[in-house]
Amino acid sequence: MSELFNVASSPHIRSKDTSSRIMLYVIIGLLPASCFGIYNFGIRALIMIIVSIASAVISEYIFNKIVGKEQTINDLSAVVTGLLLALNVSSTIPYWEVALGSVFAIVIVKGLFGGLGQNFMNPALGGRCFLLISFTGSMTSFIDPKSVDGLSAATPLAVIKSGEGLAAVNVMDMFIGRIGGTIGETSVVAILIGAIFLIIMGVIDITIPASYIITFVIFLVLFAGHGFDPVYITAELCGGGIMLGAFFMATDYVTGPITPTGRIVFGICLGLLTGIFRIFGASAEGVSYAIIFSNLLVPLIERVTVPLAFGVVKEKKGGDK
Amino acid sequence: MSKNTEPLVNGIVKDNPTFVLLLGMCPTLAVTTSATNGLGMGLSTTVVLVMSNLFISALRNVIPGRVRMPAFIVIVASFVTIVQFLVQGFVPSLYASLGIYIPLIVVNCIILGRAESFASKNPVFPSIMDGIGMGIGFTLALTALGAVREILGAGQLFGAQILPLAEDGSFGYTPITIFILAPGAFLVLGCLQALFNKVRDNAAKKDKE
Repeated sequence: MSELFNVASSPHIRSKDTSSRIMLYVIIGLLPASCFGIYNFGIRALIMIIVSIASAVISEYIFNKIVGKEQTINDLSAVVTGLLLALNVSSTIPYWEVALGSVFAIVIVKGLFGGLGQNFMNPALGGRCFLLISFTGSMTSFIDPKSVDGLSAATPLAVIKSGEGLAAVNVMDMFIGRIGGTIGETSVVAILIGAIFLIIMGVIDITIPASYIITFVIFLVLFAGHGFDPVYITAELCGGGIMLGAFFMATDYVTGPITPTGRIVFGICLGLLTGIFRIFGASAEGVSYAIIFSNLLVPLIERVTVPLAFGVVKEKKGGDK
Repeated sequence: MSKNTEPLVNGIVKDNPTFVLLLGMCPTLAVTTSATNGLGMGLSTTVVLVMSNLFISALRNVIPGRVRMPAFIVIVASFVTIVQFLVQGFVPSLYASLGIYIPLIVVNCIILGRAESFASKNPVFPSIMDGIGMGIGFTLALTALGAVREILGAGQLFGAQILPLAEDGSFGYTPITIFILAPGAFLVLGCLQALFNKVRDNAAKKDKE
């Protein structure tokens, strides 16, 4: 046989995509939001990001050492988890809290379930919710970046929720990101720049964010009591973590569905839950709970949305065989 | 090991109701917010378990097979009522914190499980031993669970502050509140169970060598 024939088992078409390559793209996609966060909240935000990433990587290294698994820190997934967690916390929390959250995300949410690819819940959001439940006080106090001496202030979402109305918030500020909030969630512009980069590079699929945001908007129009009020809807979309969550956390490969229909269903679940939590819940924000809750539904969603293979005829229900 | 002491030891390690049989998860998860609650719940269950095992075993030849479940429940419920009144009368603070979970001992699957699988098939003395063993195993597990949750979640043990709290920027412990809330129960139970199984497996390996 000629040497030109390369005899090998399938698959024959290989992609250049590897975990570390995809993770690298995600990190690049998160850079605009991170930089804006540092510009917004100062040096504390930078230290927070560094502490979070460092403790995520170190805990992954130590965990792999202890359980005797192959070292996986080179796939950069721990860096992404640490970075996402830092972007999801207020810049005012003590550094050890974010470090604890990183350790929880890597060891409990990811490591104990078998590492990257096996975790059922987004590790960064698991870590964030752990911190949110444990240290509610520090996790929900935010500073207003426009005040000179870093006064703590309510986020625009909380202001709207408290009934002070839309007049009290500046939607343009919310779009650009000069508002109080977690380090990475405030600037819609920066998040969208990163998200567009990821979509162009083919790393994330627009289906989940699109169906998420559309469902959420429909929910607001129907149930928020403002009717179709563009200012209100824009404010709700630009405030809180919905943009960061929709583009960077709901699109996680491991914890989202892989079937095309499933992705739409997943987005609808996210939109509905976020709407319910924000409008009817006690808190002004609900994106992280909506995402980790929907993560739990993914196996069920995938089971009912398996696409038909080409050529397979769907069996009729109730018909004679 | 003699025939009578074997059930006693089995209940504590080999067939530990919480960590191995995974029975009675509802009170295990719900009341172990502190070591005191865990201990109180464990002891109350132990009393009910021993007494119901004793009576069910003694009556095992009298109770017809087809109505054994209602008969067991009546026996168990009687002792639960007694325990409930005793706790309410003598330890009202414990009664207040355990609340509905004391009457719910009736449907604790450890008790009905041991009645069905052990007491209804064995003589009285081994049944009492089984009740004591299972009860001690349950009590130890609940107390351990409660202690870990109380230390992490409040910096206390049996109500005493053992870790000084950080106040106004002073150096100290900041309670990780999640551990005394519902998610913490699952987290701590999972970790303790893993630890327990590890120790048990290692001990079993040593026995073989």
